[in-house]
Amino acid sequence: MQLLTVNKLSKSFGGLVAINNFNLRVESGDLVGLIGPNGAGKTTVFNLLTGLYQPTTGSITFDGRDLKGKHPHQITRMGMARTFQNIRLFGNLSVLDNVKIAYQAVVNYGLIPAFLRVPPFNRREEEIEKAALELLEIFGLKEHAYDRARNLPYGEQRCLEITRALATGPKLLLLDEPAAGMNPQETHELLSLIKWIREQFKLTIILIEHDMSLVMGLCERVLVLDYGSLIAEGTPQEIQQNPKVIEAYLGDEEVVAWEE
Amino acid sequence: MLKKYFPSILACLALAVLFTIVQVGISGGLLSGYWITNIYLMGINIILASSLNLINGFTGEFSLGHAGFMAVGAFTGAIVTANLGLPFPLAIIAGMLAAAIAGVIVGLPTLRLRGDYLAIATLGFGEIVRVVLMNIDYVGGASGMMGIPEVVNWPIIFISVVLSLLLIRNFIGSSHGRACLAVRENDLAAQMMGVNITYYKVLAFVIGAALAGLAGVLYAHYYSIIQPKEFSFMLTFDVLVMVMVGGLGSLTGSVVGAVLLTTASAFLQAIPELRMVLYALLLIVSAVFRPQGLLGEKEITLRTFERWGGVLYAALNRKQTE
Amino acid sequence: MQDLLQQLLNGLSQGSIYALIAVGYTMIYGIIQLINFAHGDVIMVGAYVALGAVLMGFGFIPSLLIAMLVCAVLGVLIERVAYRRVRPVSRLAALTSAIGVSLFLEYTMMYFLGADIRTFPPGVLAERTYSLGGVMITNKDLLVLGTTVILVVVLQYIIFRTRTGKAMRAVSFDGQAAQLMGVNVNNTVAITFFIGSAMAAAAGMLYGIYFNSVQPLMGLMPGLKAFIAAVLGGIGSIPGAMLGGILLGMTESLVAGFGGSMYRDAVAFIILILILLIKPTGLLGKGVQEKV
Repeated sequence: MQLLTVNKLSKSFGGLVAINNFNLRVESGDLVGLIGPNGAGKTTVFNLLTGLYQPTTGSITFDGRDLKGKHPHQITRMGMARTFQNIRLFGNLSVLDNVKIAYQAVVNYGLIPAFLRVPPFNRREEEIEKAALELLEIFGLKEHAYDRARNLPYGEQRCLEITRALATGPKLLLLDEPAAGMNPQETHELLSLIKWIREQFKLTIILIEHDMSLVMGLCERVLVLDYGSLIAEGTPQEIQQNPKVIEAYLGDEEVVAWEE
Repeated sequence: MLKKYFPSILACLALAVLFTIVQVGISGGLLSGYWITNIYLMGINIILASSLNLINGFTGEFSLGHAGFMAVGAFTGAIVTANLGLPFPLAIIAGMLAAAIAGVIVGLPTLRLRGDYLAIATLGFGEIVRVVLMNIDYVGGASGMMGIPEVVNWPIIFISVVLSLLLIRNFIGSSHGRACLAVRENDLAAQMMGVNITYYKVLAFVIGAALAGLAGVLYAHYYSIIQPKEFSFMLTFDVLVMVMVGGLGSLTGSVVGAVLLTTASAFLQAIPELRMVLYALLLIVSAVFRPQGLLGEKEITLRTFERWGGVLYAALNRKQTE
Repeated sequence: MQDLLQQLLNGLSQGSIYALIAVGYTMIYGIIQLINFAHGDVIMVGAYVALGAVLMGFGFIPSLLIAMLVCAVLGVLIERVAYRRVRPVSRLAALTSAIGVSLFLEYTMMYFLGADIRTFPPGVLAERTYSLGGVMITNKDLLVLGTTVILVVVLQYIIFRTRTGKAMRAVSFDGQAAQLMGVNVNNTVAITFFIGSAMAAAAGMLYGIYFNSVQPLMGLMPGLKAFIAAVLGGIGSIPGAMLGGILLGMTESLVAGFGGSMYRDAVAFIILILILLIKPTGLLGKGVQEKV
């Protein structure tokens, strides 16, 4: 089943074209990589998908519905979740509250029960807390449940971002440079984690990443963006040999990453 | 089971004791009229500070419109009792409702604005309310309304304060309150967690406005005379000082801030300029050295007392052993 | 028709005072994105200092210069004490601090000098009225307009023709980049406060003479309105501040002149809310998209 269809998507800021005629088809269960040099427009694609930006032209269809005019929170509730390249946790709140807030997309109750603490307040709160703690346990964060999120070590903050995104109950997960700032050991663990959550939560994943070992180790299909346009699409092997891609990266710092 | 309810029982007991002491003080003539007025003001200020804190501290917006909402509540309530001759409870409902509606009208368009613009826009709203009230003959124009029934007494103040605080506490402790906190912490991430940020910004704003309206109704029915000029932005600044002293995002802090500053201004009544200089210095010092407010965002709970008790106990013990 | 012209002229004088204040607001906002709430109270201090100087026997121009210098130093001091530490932490904390400074200036002044309204001695400017085709122009109008024009020309020169001005523009464009290019950001911010506050002092003296009243809370309303003028013109833009100030002065004058004098103070705030809703970047401002 086709989960996501992006058709002739363009976005310009003032006169600057950030995304130009971008097309993408993602089947349910796919794991797609999105790569490209710095400033190629990868994060802009995510911002368009999640509704933070409205496209200048083109359309996005997710789970059979057109996303035109939908607000970000509505899109999240339709089953799309994301993480951020620069971590955006609710830093002063506890790790548990970070996940609980996300879980509201799945289970919630009205204002009257909230004000008066009458049913279903207790029942739903218990349900939310139980689910959040379970999720934290799966990701090995349960012992930190009552710590402030911003006091977590860097790697665990990244992990919490993913946990929190999963708590919204997504069908499609967008990961924006999950391995940024991680050492090879941590990157390797992340690779297994992503494989595992994909199986466990039956997820479709789109991944932006600079670390080529991660992209090549994970993705079945890779798209390459340069200056806002799609310049190549194919299996990791095809992409590695594509002359256009090599040219796009040549002279860029990413060459180093390619040699790994 | 008993352990679970222990803190609530203790809180109820403490409140009952507090209520009785003040009530005895008032009926027994132990408190002078001046201090009774200040105790009532304390109650009204607690409602104002905690509701402003819901907007500024918990949701992370910066509203300076509280005097305006209080005015809307005060004048609506006064119209209900003084002009229409209806009972006081209706005045409370009407006052809160009118302030809440004003909150929606102001909040919907302005909450899209960034923090400091919002501050000026809400301040402007407060001023517009004041100027408009001064121009409506039905509410007495610039000289305001007189002869509002003086029905407010200690039980009414006490119950209003307790219920307001309970309402805010319950809200913050619910999933909706967490959504507001998420908006404060990082509005982009909040959106990505499925939080409708506009809804929650407006919601917190409206709850805050309604409670400011309640404070206004109480104020009008205590003093019996209200004038538009009393509700200038200086009043909002007073409340802001209480919130800053008590700590942004600390409900118990707002109570402490309101009590401390009402007491301080009661003592400084004779030299109002000095009172304002003190307020000004508190604002600057808290902003420069403690941007989260002087007492920070920590709540005072039973555990705080246990800890203080523990420290005290240890200190006493040490003295004895020495 | 004559009535209309007369109102417009009154509005122009009042508006040019707003413009002088708005210029300071906009410069400071442009460079550190802070609504300097205390800016209005610098006007008040300026008016008092100028009044003191006049009473001590100085003439108009020396008094103006003394007031400008004193307030310039005051502005730098305010930035150093109340804003510098807070700015990087949180904009809202900085705003809170600014409100604190504003209250502090107002009420220390009130404590020491009392709340009475003081006036400039008539000697400083013997009032003369000229008639121009039925429209009355006083020498006060001419003084206000003349001083404003001269100060704005000087300001434009500083900003666009000097090294300091270049540094100010660089910092307001991108503080971090400017720092990397060797601009001393803290000094540049201090200079901006210096100049902005000097302008406010001049506005204060003119305001005091024009409305014949000097008192501790005199800066509040003109301060807020000048901020609105700055937003109306596009915050961060100096020509915008000028335009906004004059437009606001004229609108107020028209509203007051044609029956709505009670609503005069509300007009500015209504304009503010409208402009923020319709075109938050103001008439001459440039839009910026926040980076996600």
